[in-house]
Amino acid sequence: MENKKELAMRLFFLLNGLLAIIVLGGIFYLLLSNSLMAWREVGIVPFFAGLIWRPSGFEAASFGILTLVAGTLLVTAGAAVVAIPVGIACAVYLAEVASPLEREVMKPVVELLAGVPSVVIGFFGLVVLNPLLARLFDIPNGLTALNGSLLLALMSLPTIISISEDALTAVPREYKEASLALGANRWQTVKSVILPAAFSGVSAAVMLGIGRAIGETMTVVMATGNALQFPSGFLSSIRTMTATIAIEMGEVPFNSTHYYALFAVGFVLFAMTFVLSLLADIFLHKAGEVAKR
Amino acid sequence: MNEQDRKLFLPETMPFILLRLTMILVFLAVVYIFYDIVKKGFGVISFEFITAPPRSGMTAGGIMPAILGTIYVTFITALAGMPVGFFAAIYLNEYAKRNLLTRIIRLSIRNLAGVPSMVYGMFGVALFVHSLSFGTSILSAGLTLGLLTLPVIITTAEEALKSVPDAYREGALALGASKWHSIRTNVIPSAFPGILTGMILGLSRATGETAPILFTGAAFFLPRLPTSIDSQFMALPYHLFIMATQHHAVEKVRPLAYGTAVVLVTVVLAMNFAAIVLRAYYRRKLRG
Repeated sequence: MENKKELAMRLFFLLNGLLAIIVLGGIFYLLLSNSLMAWREVGIVPFFAGLIWRPSGFEAASFGILTLVAGTLLVTAGAAVVAIPVGIACAVYLAEVASPLEREVMKPVVELLAGVPSVVIGFFGLVVLNPLLARLFDIPNGLTALNGSLLLALMSLPTIISISEDALTAVPREYKEASLALGANRWQTVKSVILPAAFSGVSAAVMLGIGRAIGETMTVVMATGNALQFPSGFLSSIRTMTATIAIEMGEVPFNSTHYYALFAVGFVLFAMTFVLSLLADIFLHKAGEVAKR
Repeated sequence: MNEQDRKLFLPETMPFILLRLTMILVFLAVVYIFYDIVKKGFGVISFEFITAPPRSGMTAGGIMPAILGTIYVTFITALAGMPVGFFAAIYLNEYAKRNLLTRIIRLSIRNLAGVPSMVYGMFGVALFVHSLSFGTSILSAGLTLGLLTLPVIITTAEEALKSVPDAYREGALALGASKWHSIRTNVIPSAFPGILTGMILGLSRATGETAPILFTGAAFFLPRLPTSIDSQFMALPYHLFIMATQHHAVEKVRPLAYGTAVVLVTVVLAMNFAAIVLRAYYRRKLRG
């Protein structure tokens, strides 16, 4: 009797655990099955190699994803260029330089930033950065890739900082002490011993931070202008994959080519973040091995 | 500056100053965002703003329906996400063996954490709105957000369970209790504050999300309050989005948008703060 109950409880909890696999598999299945319809109706090559995304209008509809991918990659690359060095610098600062008091002040602020909803960050980009960038670069409006990049950099900072900091503090103390004992100064120790030892963990942090930037929706919808054109630089308005889904999904008829094509965009987005998550996983696994050594 | 200091300035002190300046810059950026929003939004907050519905084509009045809608949806999110997340964490920490299945479950959870919120929204549209015919409703949006909170809730709940010393489990088992009995009476009670912290963090994330509810039930404007979980709803983050970008007179309603932003940030950060205080209190108790 007792054993049956035990077994039932075990099975019950297992079922809840399995749900994580089911949800991830379900997302994959729904995205893929709708994408297959899109690729059947649009064609694989026109979809992946097409420059023109024109769901409706006087001319024939066209569903080429390249412009959207370029928009996403540009705004994410801009965010990465800012967020990676700044994030690692902050992590090193918090882990190696800051006094306990400074940590007590700075860390909660970083955590606070992680909690701010993306729509609020987007709003900030719209009302503050937008006019500021317009004046700074003398352009008609500041809703540009640059605006989105700066905001996304800010939003990926908490991820990069907290995970990098964990990796840095996990470096065995002996490494640092040996370096200092050999006469290296503190900066040399950070640069040549601690950072290389924490490389895997810091890389994982960067992957997860970039993953967050690629998948971010509301911020780019509000801050980048959403012009359907191939991006011509950081001062041009761009349209990301996420923004396209957010803007067009509401008006699209259920089970139309356009509906399927949006799911295909979602599938490509999902694939990108999936790869970044896997890479982060591999790096974290490596980092764990270093810490054990 | 003496000789020693001068020698070290370029190779050692200088890089550290740069690191500190970078951190201060980030600090100031975050503080400025809060300052700007509070400065321009705080004056808008009034009793009427909190308790009245929008008036005159959303150019005046308050945001009560959006606050209420967010509360309703968060309630469904909690019902959908919290038990499942909690049970999954119990499985992973208490029952799971070190085998392939466990590794796949963990890998799935970490990947779910990285899935863009917009993709959760599409999943919600395809599954809840269309396949299960829940339509655009509080139910569909709440379930979608519930899925989104799962990785946060599972991960933090597992941390909390992990921090319960094995002696607690073994003590109960040695007295002849069954495994489930020992988990129920010894493990869960001592891990509970930590689990609750994770649940609040997960819910606070869901409360601020916009992309997943865009097409699963959030409405531009509703003349009536929602009457059941089948109704569409207004929500704070979506309300901020439309007041900032979709309204026919965006410049005119900017103060209202700022006010909405203040309320949204306050709600979300209050939840975060509650979670942090709970965690700190719990840690002290464990040590004490």
